[in-house]
Amino acid sequence: MLQQTKQPGASLVGGYEKLEFNFPAGNVTAQDQGVEESESENKLDGETASDSESKSEFGGSSPVPTSDDTPEVLNRALSNLSSRWKNWWVRGILTLAMITFFFIIIYLGPMVLMTIVMCVQIKCFHEIITIGYNVYHSYDLPWFRTLSWYFLLCVNYFFYGETVTDYFFTLVQREEPLRILSKYHRFISFALYLTGFCMFVLSLVKKHYRLQFYMFGWTHVTLLIVVTQSHLIIHNLFIVPISCVICNDIMAYMFGFFFGRTPLIKLSPKKTWEGFIGGFFSTVLFGLLLSYVMSGYRCFTCPVEFNNDTNSFTVDCEPSELFQLQEYNIPVVLQSVVGWKTVRMYPFQIHSIALSTFASLIGPFGGFFASGFKRAFKIKDFANTIPGHGGIMDRFDCQYLMATFVNVYIASFIRGPNPSKLIQQFLTLRPDQQLHIFNTLKAHLVDRGILGSLEDA
Amino acid sequence: EVDLEERLHELDLRSDSDIPDVPPPTDSTPEILKRALSGLSARWKNWWIRGILSLAMISGFFLIIYLGSFMLMLLVLSIQVKCYHEIITIGYRVYHSYDLPWFRSLSWYFLLCVNYFFYGETVADYFATFVQRREQLQFLIRYHRFISFALYLTGFCMFVLSLVKKHYRLQFYMFAWTHVTLLITVTQSHLVIQNLFEGMIWFLVPISSVICNDITAYIFGFFFGRTPLIKFSYFLAQHQYFVCPVEYNSETNRFVTECEPSELFQMKKYSVPPLLQAVLGWETVNMYPFQMHSFALSTFASLIGPFGGFFASGFKRAFKIKDFADTIPGHGGIMDRFDCQYLMATFVHVYITSFIRGPNPSKLLKQLLILQPEQQLSVYKTLKSYLVEKGILQPSLRGLGFEVLRLLQPQTSQ
Repeated sequence: MLQQTKQPGASLVGGYEKLEFNFPAGNVTAQDQGVEESESENKLDGETASDSESKSEFGGSSPVPTSDDTPEVLNRALSNLSSRWKNWWVRGILTLAMITFFFIIIYLGPMVLMTIVMCVQIKCFHEIITIGYNVYHSYDLPWFRTLSWYFLLCVNYFFYGETVTDYFFTLVQREEPLRILSKYHRFISFALYLTGFCMFVLSLVKKHYRLQFYMFGWTHVTLLIVVTQSHLIIHNLFIVPISCVICNDIMAYMFGFFFGRTPLIKLSPKKTWEGFIGGFFSTVLFGLLLSYVMSGYRCFTCPVEFNNDTNSFTVDCEPSELFQLQEYNIPVVLQSVVGWKTVRMYPFQIHSIALSTFASLIGPFGGFFASGFKRAFKIKDFANTIPGHGGIMDRFDCQYLMATFVNVYIASFIRGPNPSKLIQQFLTLRPDQQLHIFNTLKAHLVDRGILGSLEDA
Repeated sequence: EVDLEERLHELDLRSDSDIPDVPPPTDSTPEILKRALSGLSARWKNWWIRGILSLAMISGFFLIIYLGSFMLMLLVLSIQVKCYHEIITIGYRVYHSYDLPWFRSLSWYFLLCVNYFFYGETVADYFATFVQRREQLQFLIRYHRFISFALYLTGFCMFVLSLVKKHYRLQFYMFAWTHVTLLITVTQSHLVIQNLFEGMIWFLVPISSVICNDITAYIFGFFFGRTPLIKFSYFLAQHQYFVCPVEYNSETNRFVTECEPSELFQMKKYSVPPLLQAVLGWETVNMYPFQMHSFALSTFASLIGPFGGFFASGFKRAFKIKDFADTIPGHGGIMDRFDCQYLMATFVHVYITSFIRGPNPSKLLKQLLILQPEQQLSVYKTLKSYLVEKGILQPSLRGLGFEVLRLLQPQTSQ
């Protein structure tokens, strides 16, 4: 994505933060070298609690206004307000827009959700690669953009292939070409990747080896972070973790705004301990409430399945134990406080406490990592996609660690292996192995009383 | 005073020719060799050193093969650690980041985490009986992924906490460098070990193909490189020691390689295509099916393996180093010897999982037994109908009786 050309004297909407920065998103200019690090620390953090303070700390360098993406409509509607409130309103409106959009997507169903996740992933990848190009001025090496996109395609093909094979199992078995593709899927993916690798080696140009290796490394690390985690998101219980992170973001901001005194970490000086702790408790509470509400509805708790007969996705099932109300005894200590002897809760809510705790405690580290990254490469935002918020990466930086955590959590504590995947593997075994497994399973089931001897039919 | 980061950034952007050379590595040839060869001219001395060390490495390799799979696993592990160390050291030298002591600790910590994760997965599968007996190990195995992830996260948080104001960029570079290196060296060495557990032959043939290709491409050329390999794999396919999957016998507490050789390793008669009959003069030939696979493996080794070598050469040129390190006199570092092997390891693993081995039956069974009872029941029914349909399972008389009864009933229930 090419950065829009900067026009001096561009509209003031966008607030103090944008006016004061010397570093337009994604570009490293010659002015950077004159600016002290202390200034950049205060301004690069998107979550400023008090804009007026940062303005006063600003040194003598002349401001270069950034390009402004805010739609004209909003500009005119808000033209009366002072710059500071305008900025706040722009952020607020965009936040509401994103959240509404989120709910609409959930309503529209799994296919749309998957498509959206894919689009977000591609955009994030694009933003990070563009930063790399800007940093290394490697626009003159056209091969690298092609190669990066090619690698993105390969990795996505690999992951989507695995997903498709799992969920569309019966459909895949029916169609001959799909069956072959899925049987040799790993080999095909690897062959595609190798082609890219060989192209890279062949394209090494004498004077630019180092640059090319940097871009290769950059591409791979980005793929590792962005693509693998977006695929983990698809496999997870989707809504509760993402909402926890969003909630934590917003709550920490609110608490920090109203109560913030003690700075949390040097990387992001505007983040405070009060924001952190307040955010933690409110996220846990929010998680409990949200999971209570959602556990009651099948459309949220059932795994997505592809129904062969109707050729559509269905979410219909018997809710598992996790989503059935149970009575818990309240520990004696809390009984006096709360006044109840027992409480009815879904077991899932207990897991949601763990998820919210992680979102509040470790999620911010993902944010610090991204802040450090932006500081290291002297950029304010990853890109200018969302007015008032920066790029898509800016919104999703905390989500990445969360996605991996949830996946690991589910695999370890909640869900066992996927039955359809097991059946799939079973079908590739030799007949004698199949028979052996079948008999062992049968003996196990009879042993447990799950299978009576009458069940042979 | 020029900021260190700015200076490095400027260096990064200039073309490679402006970067100062790394000083030539010191000579680590042992004294003994030096004295023995002091008479010869410098050129022949070098050739002899290379030759002697090559022979030493090959003999060492044979010795370890004789000692067994476990020793081979240890060897692969040490090679991996040494390669990792070499690449990380290069990174430090390029970025002058010796002053950031945290990064060495963090890099080693990440290496430990990733190895823990991979070994945990391997151990759980192959040492299943051993593990069942010990309670503590059970806990570690069940929550293995979670524990590994927690360990990794700790490293990640340490990294974020250790970011120092003036060195952000350097630190991010080292972080990325570490991860890419882990991706290349550690994952592939574990693929090698998994190949090894399938049967030593899957380890030896690919490695030999690459070595062979290296040597013969140097001396003779493409075709000649492949023939000795076919004979070599013919030899290996005849012995259980090489062909059988490695298993851990809990009674004797040792690794054993005993089995019924699979179909791949049983001699078969193939008819020679008419075209080749005229050339070779035979009508049929006795071959192991495995030899066809080894043909594919050696083709890959010849065609794609060298790209791994070009990649490493490009890397050395980009960072202006002659060799990865000085570990082996006359040969450079361990990475220099193994650069072609890396792609090969992944290829062999993918090849095996795609074309040869199915999923591991005992692992599948283990997973079936963990399922919820309702899931188990539904899986059971699906499996049963499949097996009956394929004729592998004869439906019981009682089952037949029920089927007949069901069919005779009025169609209301359909």
